[in-house]
Amino acid sequence: MKRTLITSSILMMLGTPAYAADDLTAIRQEIQQMKASYEARIQQLESRLAQTEAATKQADKKAEQADTKADLASQVAAVAAQPAPSRESAFNPAISLILAGTANHSSLSPSTYSIGGFIPSGGEVAPNARGFSLGESELAISANIDPDYRGNFVLAMAPDNTVGIENAFIQTLGLGYGLSAKAGRFYSDIGYLNKIHAHAWDFTDAPLVYKSFLGNQFADDGVQVKWIAPTDSLLVELGAEIGSGRSFPATTKDKNGSVAGALFAHVGGDYDESNSWRAGLSYLGVGAQDRSYTDVDALGAPTTNAFSGKSKTLIADFIWKWAPNGNSTVNSLKIQGEYMRRNEDGDLTCTGCATSTTGTLATTQSGWYLQTVYQFMPHWRVGLRHDSMSSGSVVLGTGLSAADFPILAAYSPSRNTVMMDYSPSEYSRFRVQYARDASRPTEIDNQFSLQYITSLGAHGAHTF
Amino acid sequence: MKLLLAMLALTSSVSAHAALNVLACEPEWGALVQELGGDKVKVSNATTALQDPHRIEARPSLIARARNADLLVCTGAELEIGWLPILLRDSGNAAIQPGQAGNFEATRYVTMLEKPLRLDRADGDVHAAGNPHIQTDPRNIALVADALSKTLATVDATNGAYYQARYADFKLRWQAAISRWETQAAPLKGTTIVVQHKAYPYLENWLGLKQVATLEPKPGVDPSVASLSAVLAKIKQTPAKMIVRSAYNDERPADWLAQRTNLPVVVLAFTVGGTAGASNLFGLFDDTISRLLAADKAAK
Repeated sequence: MKRTLITSSILMMLGTPAYAADDLTAIRQEIQQMKASYEARIQQLESRLAQTEAATKQADKKAEQADTKADLASQVAAVAAQPAPSRESAFNPAISLILAGTANHSSLSPSTYSIGGFIPSGGEVAPNARGFSLGESELAISANIDPDYRGNFVLAMAPDNTVGIENAFIQTLGLGYGLSAKAGRFYSDIGYLNKIHAHAWDFTDAPLVYKSFLGNQFADDGVQVKWIAPTDSLLVELGAEIGSGRSFPATTKDKNGSVAGALFAHVGGDYDESNSWRAGLSYLGVGAQDRSYTDVDALGAPTTNAFSGKSKTLIADFIWKWAPNGNSTVNSLKIQGEYMRRNEDGDLTCTGCATSTTGTLATTQSGWYLQTVYQFMPHWRVGLRHDSMSSGSVVLGTGLSAADFPILAAYSPSRNTVMMDYSPSEYSRFRVQYARDASRPTEIDNQFSLQYITSLGAHGAHTF
Repeated sequence: MKLLLAMLALTSSVSAHAALNVLACEPEWGALVQELGGDKVKVSNATTALQDPHRIEARPSLIARARNADLLVCTGAELEIGWLPILLRDSGNAAIQPGQAGNFEATRYVTMLEKPLRLDRADGDVHAAGNPHIQTDPRNIALVADALSKTLATVDATNGAYYQARYADFKLRWQAAISRWETQAAPLKGTTIVVQHKAYPYLENWLGLKQVATLEPKPGVDPSVASLSAVLAKIKQTPAKMIVRSAYNDERPADWLAQRTNLPVVVLAFTVGGTAGASNLFGLFDDTISRLLAADKAAK
């Protein structure tokens, strides 16, 4: 603005030819002076502007510093609860994936595996395939459904590319009065190990009693109700389940209502700061209809046998855990044992037998295991397990000849297992295991296994 | 069934008259509830100062305690992620479920430090919400106390005035104690430390301590000889004055480094009960500062 004024006045002045030469120089000088003074003032203004800008920047910086150093004490009022960041994926369920694999060496072929004296359970109870094999890959998805329910889904992918639903259940959240309920497919709460997924086992395989009496693990489609007593620090847990009987020793039936039922009671607590324990008693009562298995008859010809009747299993379980001051980082010890006793009463039918047809079958059989796992230094554990079973009493009724059922011949299977594992982190574990397995009446199987188990994704839970 | 109903009736009638049952996930919150709740509360702690709060199992006794709790006071920020969800699920207790007044998470009321820029298990045991060990700064305790006193008054409205009065008293004593600690700890400003686990960012922030290295190569990953050698090399470049570990930590890594550097090892209580001196919240900070000052003196 000022500049245009100056120029216009100059032009005006130049446009007046009547001025003398002297005047002209005087005017020129004056203009020069004016120009210089204006330029100086403009420069001054510019520099002042720059200074103000710098000052504001500094003030901003100081404010920022004050923010970052935010003196917590000066925040007299409590910071309001911080809202969770809202993202579209924020409501996605927790997903975790178990990846596992084994390399096995066994002196006998797993395809010939059987537990002598006991009706085969039909589950995947044989030792892992010889050589390299992929373990079970397990995909678990869980989340709260709404304020009242939680959902859990576990998909198990077997190494032979078959997929099975291991768990798919909904569960109540805080029903009150210590009550909780579950519906869907879930591992029964009977015993101690039954509920624990294979990747969390302390050995590569299940105890013989679990293989023989429960086909590894009893998982039914049904409902469960559980109640926790209002005791102070001693856990008293009572529960009941009913279901369709899709899992050994039951079979599904074309009938309304339930086929399998279970009752369980668990008691547990802390002995002191370093020791805690849990003990339980469970009962599983199921019906079976044409529960079949294969065998050979007296002449060696292949046969198919089917059992229909009632099966009742009683389980007593106990676990004791020790860690100095309850801190298991460096050392810890775990002793665990379970005893099972099963009563079966019904009819056995043989298809293809030389002499036998149909008759009654009554068995009372039992077995137990005892195992201990000791963490001798951070990340490293060793474990020992002893399995022992007794075929007990097997009474065949008229119409059945014992020679046609060689699997049921009296025998007491046993097995001794040692293992050592190394867990670099909570999410990975490497294990070496040796078992001397006398499950078969004929020969002893020496089994060596190397195993890795890893867990990806959501943080798993530390169950007792 | 009748027996069951009778037992149910018995429990509800008993709990109506008894003190407020509080289950604290960590001892510092148990101690704070005791300060604010006086004889109107019955507090039990799920963990002790000698246990690693990350690695607790959902023991039967904890499930029993969660079942009877009227109020659950925990750190939050995923510190208890390995075991608390099981307690909540198995307890069958509606009052302490997330979102209820009886579910109190301390980390919701303070400004969190060390929020990770990325979440990857390759970085070790990182917590998305930030470092959960907030109790090492007494100013955080003050913020939590304010919120907790309000929660107590909500959960147990009949004694609301009692809790507010106790809080007002605690607040005065606590603020006086904070200024005392700040005066005492003034010489510690700028002190360089090596820590075993990243358990002390809030303490460092408060007292102006400078953490130059951690013995754990990554949070929650135990130190190995290789990682310790790296720390040894690092503190030759940037010298430290002392090695700080918590009472529950394995003593060997800190001792290994101490032998090779002649640095003093300071064992801090980390929470109430970690050392003999840390018998309550006031003792916790008295003890922490006196131990740091002693080591600082020894290093000079």
